[in-house]
Amino acid sequence: MLDRNDIFETINMIREESLDVRTITMGISLFDCQSDNEDRLCSKIYDKIMFHAKDLVKTGQDIEKEYGIPIIHKRVSVTPVSLMCGNISYDGAVKIAKTLDNAAAELGVNFIGGYSALVQKGFSNGSRTLLSAIPEALATTERLCSSVNVASTKAGINMDAVAEMGRIIKKTADLTADRSAIGCAKLVVFANVPEDNPFMAGAFHGMGEPETVINVGVSGPGVVVSALRRAGNSCNLTEIAEIIKKTAFKITRMGQLVAMLASERLGVPFGIVDLSLAPTPAIGDSVAYILESIGLEKCGCPGTTAALAMLNDAVKKGGVMASSHVGGLSGAFIPVSEDAGMIEAAKCGALTLEKLEAMTAVCSVGLDMIAIPGDTSEAVISGIIADEIAIGVVNTKTTAVRLIPFGKAGDMITFGGLLGEAPVIPVSQYSPATMIARGGRIPAPIQSLKN
Amino acid sequence: MRAVISVIGCDSVGIIAKVSKVCADYGVNIKDISQTVLEKYFSMIMITEIDKITIPFAEFVDQMNNLAKENGLEIHTMHEDIFNAMHKI
Repeated sequence: MLDRNDIFETINMIREESLDVRTITMGISLFDCQSDNEDRLCSKIYDKIMFHAKDLVKTGQDIEKEYGIPIIHKRVSVTPVSLMCGNISYDGAVKIAKTLDNAAAELGVNFIGGYSALVQKGFSNGSRTLLSAIPEALATTERLCSSVNVASTKAGINMDAVAEMGRIIKKTADLTADRSAIGCAKLVVFANVPEDNPFMAGAFHGMGEPETVINVGVSGPGVVVSALRRAGNSCNLTEIAEIIKKTAFKITRMGQLVAMLASERLGVPFGIVDLSLAPTPAIGDSVAYILESIGLEKCGCPGTTAALAMLNDAVKKGGVMASSHVGGLSGAFIPVSEDAGMIEAAKCGALTLEKLEAMTAVCSVGLDMIAIPGDTSEAVISGIIADEIAIGVVNTKTTAVRLIPFGKAGDMITFGGLLGEAPVIPVSQYSPATMIARGGRIPAPIQSLKN
Repeated sequence: MRAVISVIGCDSVGIIAKVSKVCADYGVNIKDISQTVLEKYFSMIMITEIDKITIPFAEFVDQMNNLAKENGLEIHTMHEDIFNAMHKI
């Protein structure tokens, strides 16, 4: 029998605490669209996406209504487009970008991911073409997301790619300067990129994935904040970790239910649930507030990394039992512009770039949605990328960098919607240009002698 | 299959009647009602069976939402599975 308190708890989580399923993302393989004729390639890609994803938005809306669970995004990810670009010109690569964007608009999905390349060991012809086209592709589309994996624990760090990404981010910022450099908000640089991530901007449909797949990303920082506030200040940290675990379990069970329903109704295999705490700019729906509820005066103060490590671990422990298959980026996200508490902490100077970097060593993803001064040099951007990527490579985890070079330190940059707004954070004025110009590869790290 | 209808709002005459009428109109069978009034606030949870529902469930949710709007209530009509998933192992 259903318990009255359980029913009101669920309703309250949805009504008051911003509980939602963040995204249902359909992965679609484009391997069978290959062609050396650019027009034919584009039309095959368009037709295939439209065929498989035609009911995605409607199905999401139906589930939303019947189960009373808000499902914020319905999205599509595709095979890394660099794999299609071997025999394609620069113009062809831009044309694919526009084709994907058109398909996304027609389907009514807000983002489509997969304008991606994996270059951790080096560049194929297709990767080179795609990388060169990224700035124009992002400047001439609305919904397209791009990601580039420049390193892995097994391959090491491709420093040529790191240097190239510094240039690409600057160029993308220049080409979208009339829109607060929004192109950069849709471009992520990865280490150890997961192939089944449902979250944008880093989603793509990996090489080992089935023809089509449904991956679901859950959310719910607001629910955790409320649970911790109810518990008050008398709990010790063991008890806090337990509360987070139990809350994460409930959130993830909801995600699992939605994933199974979507999979069944669309006739597409279920892939994974991403055990994530993904914040939104809405007040209360903030990972920074969770950390502050644990007992930090401001997110970013000493103790933040420890609190975040516990949060990240407890989310995974609670979520793992709630889902039959877990994957993606799983963990707490700390995108600065998308988190009201992070924005406040960055504004008042409690949260610096260096502290954020330390935090990324113990949580999901990395330096995410951080605005840095527009005059930051390509080499400094590459240096920031290299540092963050090194954390991922050495610690055998995914890390990522999504920087927006725009404005001056102290400015507020507004992107709108879920991308939020970010204060421009100052960066070190000392340059790593000589190191970055060396290029080459940083060898894969040793996996024993761990100290 | 069962659905849970929860109703919250200011107490007034006929709330249960109005909600029950919409259920009856569309073949939704009420299995259990738990209801209280705290000060002036009305709160009710209705467990219903929707096996013989005569319209798609999503449309029934719309009907309940309309009723909520017309009467200044908050009504959540949700499939039972969401509660089972979250609160039962």
